[in-house]
Amino acid sequence: MKAAAMQENSARSSFIAWLQAGPLALVFLAFFVLPLLFVVIVSFWDYNDYQMLPMLSGRGYTDSFEGCLAELPGLCTIAKTYLQTLKFCAIVWAATLVIGFTVAYFLAFEVKSKEWQIILSLICTIPFWTSNVIRMIAWIPLLGRNGLVNSFLQAIGAINEPLDWLLYSQFSVILALIHLFTFFMVVPIFNSMIRIDRSLIEAAYDAGASGWQTLWNVIVPLCKPGIVIGSIFVITIVMGDFVTVGVMGGQQIASAGKIIQTRLDALQFPAAAANAVILLGVTFLIIAALTKLVDIRKEL
Amino acid sequence: MSETTTTLSAGLSRRSLLKGAAGVAGLAAGSGVITGFPYIKASEEKVLRYLGTAVNEGDAISKKCFEDTGIKIQYITATTDDVTKRVMTQPNSFDVLDTEYFSLKKLVPSNNILPLDAKKIKEFDNITPVFTKGELPNGKKIGNQGTAPWKVLYLEGPDSDVFATSPTEWVTLIPTVYNADTLGIRPDLIKRPISSWAELLNPEFKGKASILNIPSIGIMDAAMVIEATGQYKYPDKGNMTKAEIDLTMKIMTEAKKAGQFRAFWKDFNESVNLMSSGETVIQSMWSPAVTKVRSMGIPCVFQPLKEGYRSWASGFCMSKGVKGQKQEWAYEFINWFLSGFAGGYLNRQGYYSAVLSTAKANMEPYEWAYWMEGKPAEKDIKGPDGTLLEKAGAVRDGGSYEDRMGNVACWNSIMDENDYMVRKWNEFIAA
Repeated sequence: MKAAAMQENSARSSFIAWLQAGPLALVFLAFFVLPLLFVVIVSFWDYNDYQMLPMLSGRGYTDSFEGCLAELPGLCTIAKTYLQTLKFCAIVWAATLVIGFTVAYFLAFEVKSKEWQIILSLICTIPFWTSNVIRMIAWIPLLGRNGLVNSFLQAIGAINEPLDWLLYSQFSVILALIHLFTFFMVVPIFNSMIRIDRSLIEAAYDAGASGWQTLWNVIVPLCKPGIVIGSIFVITIVMGDFVTVGVMGGQQIASAGKIIQTRLDALQFPAAAANAVILLGVTFLIIAALTKLVDIRKEL
Repeated sequence: MSETTTTLSAGLSRRSLLKGAAGVAGLAAGSGVITGFPYIKASEEKVLRYLGTAVNEGDAISKKCFEDTGIKIQYITATTDDVTKRVMTQPNSFDVLDTEYFSLKKLVPSNNILPLDAKKIKEFDNITPVFTKGELPNGKKIGNQGTAPWKVLYLEGPDSDVFATSPTEWVTLIPTVYNADTLGIRPDLIKRPISSWAELLNPEFKGKASILNIPSIGIMDAAMVIEATGQYKYPDKGNMTKAEIDLTMKIMTEAKKAGQFRAFWKDFNESVNLMSSGETVIQSMWSPAVTKVRSMGIPCVFQPLKEGYRSWASGFCMSKGVKGQKQEWAYEFINWFLSGFAGGYLNRQGYYSAVLSTAKANMEPYEWAYWMEGKPAEKDIKGPDGTLLEKAGAVRDGGSYEDRMGNVACWNSIMDENDYMVRKWNEFIAA
């Protein structure tokens, strides 16, 4: 009698658990898993100038890696492009991490009052009140050949000729990416920091740790989940970016995301899908490596 | 990024729409413009979704069209590539398509567009022979390399996807507008005469040149440049072999790696910004972009070059989803478009209207003399929106219609090796 009631009870609670997880699972299935499945399927289709041909073909992939064997030991276009994208990714990740950590540290530990923490965090979000594209385009009159920076440097006599590398260069792409995405690092790190028990820091201080030792041995390890989450944000966005690379690079700089865009523009959807699968694979590997370093679920 | 915006141009609110409709009805009743329609039909809301690039989509055109015909035009604006993409993937998302002839080689086999019946187009016989025969009104033959409109103007039947070699009743695109493109330059920064396409790769302009990044158009500019430098003479620029594509892209890639190009551009506004800010001093350009830079008070010339022009042409067709009454509206709209107001408007932007006689009737004689005859302007020349374009005494870059269209060397093109070309073009962009 009692056992039966318990069984019924557990069946009911597992039913409720399914009910609770159900809606999100369905949303995920419909808007994430299914589309992704379609992308993978389409990536193995054939295509011509104006349509997709639903028959099995590896052409999307073989076209993407065209010339890769022939050009050895040199790098083919897609290898160079991915190398370039990874380079952007590494630089932007390092810069946003340092800046983001510093800003979060200031907000969490230097600003004492809750009100000011909230006000200053809100100020950090102000750039997000305008669109990504506008924030990006704002750099153009600043960095251009006849832009503010060049005019200023020429006026104070620091340079004679305008610096061309300020705009439509790798420099401008990286600058804009850092500007756009640092905030994605600040929020999760800040979130980790304010949850650190202050008595731990006092204990470290009492045990004779210097400021740097406290930072490195206490705060950084406790911020790991925030750092990893922020890193996932920044890395996935930069790996797939094509708008910033396009606008700030003067459409002259390649990136993994741009390959997909140009394929779409040429109506080669299977090839675009194949590149999306490749990009997904590469990004997934990076994220997997990151989560190997820190088990986010455990830390949360 | 798909830059797609939808704008409702005429009569935004219901109230103003009702007012407008009442006005039109009153006008119709008063002047008898609209005949043969029962009153109920005349007051029914006539809406056409018009997909195209920003080039021909003037607000003044849609407003005037609404006044004259009661047809409300909803513009759907996209870049050249996105227009084609939309036709392929969402053929029911538009009614009237305004696109370039070169894209027909992709659009027609997709069966997503309907050809139009030439007999229902009032001015069809007055369409300039540039489209129908590949010659100027004075009989001079013009360059036929590339996807020239007369090669793809007719289909063999209403459901056919084979281009007919001789005129038939079924027209792929009803011609609307065309022009001859060349390089735009900043004479104030270059400070010497420019007379050849070869100058685009001249190291003198290192880091200050640009080419447009739409493969079917950019490849033709590249071919003009390479022929001008004397490195290769193409049997047909508009239909290159794989080896020719490789050669073309190799020369362009070398120039790119040497830092010749400041940026590439894909839409009208990008080209205006590059030129007006002085980032570039020589680049591929479109006529109204040059006009726009000039109207900002910055010197810019649409430089005629000795090797000739790269030409393009566009026209109207319908989505295959357009049926019944809506087809009649589409014909009514296209007939209105060719009846003069729009033609005059486009001519005043520096383009050429497909039906010159009706455009001429809608322009002042001094305007016609400036834009079409290459004569010095008798009075100040104003754009369609009233901004001052040129002071009295100015002469149009490249001169008269005959001088410009008569020197066309090639047309924007979809080649037989298009797939290969696009891949190589993308490698060049990524290099």
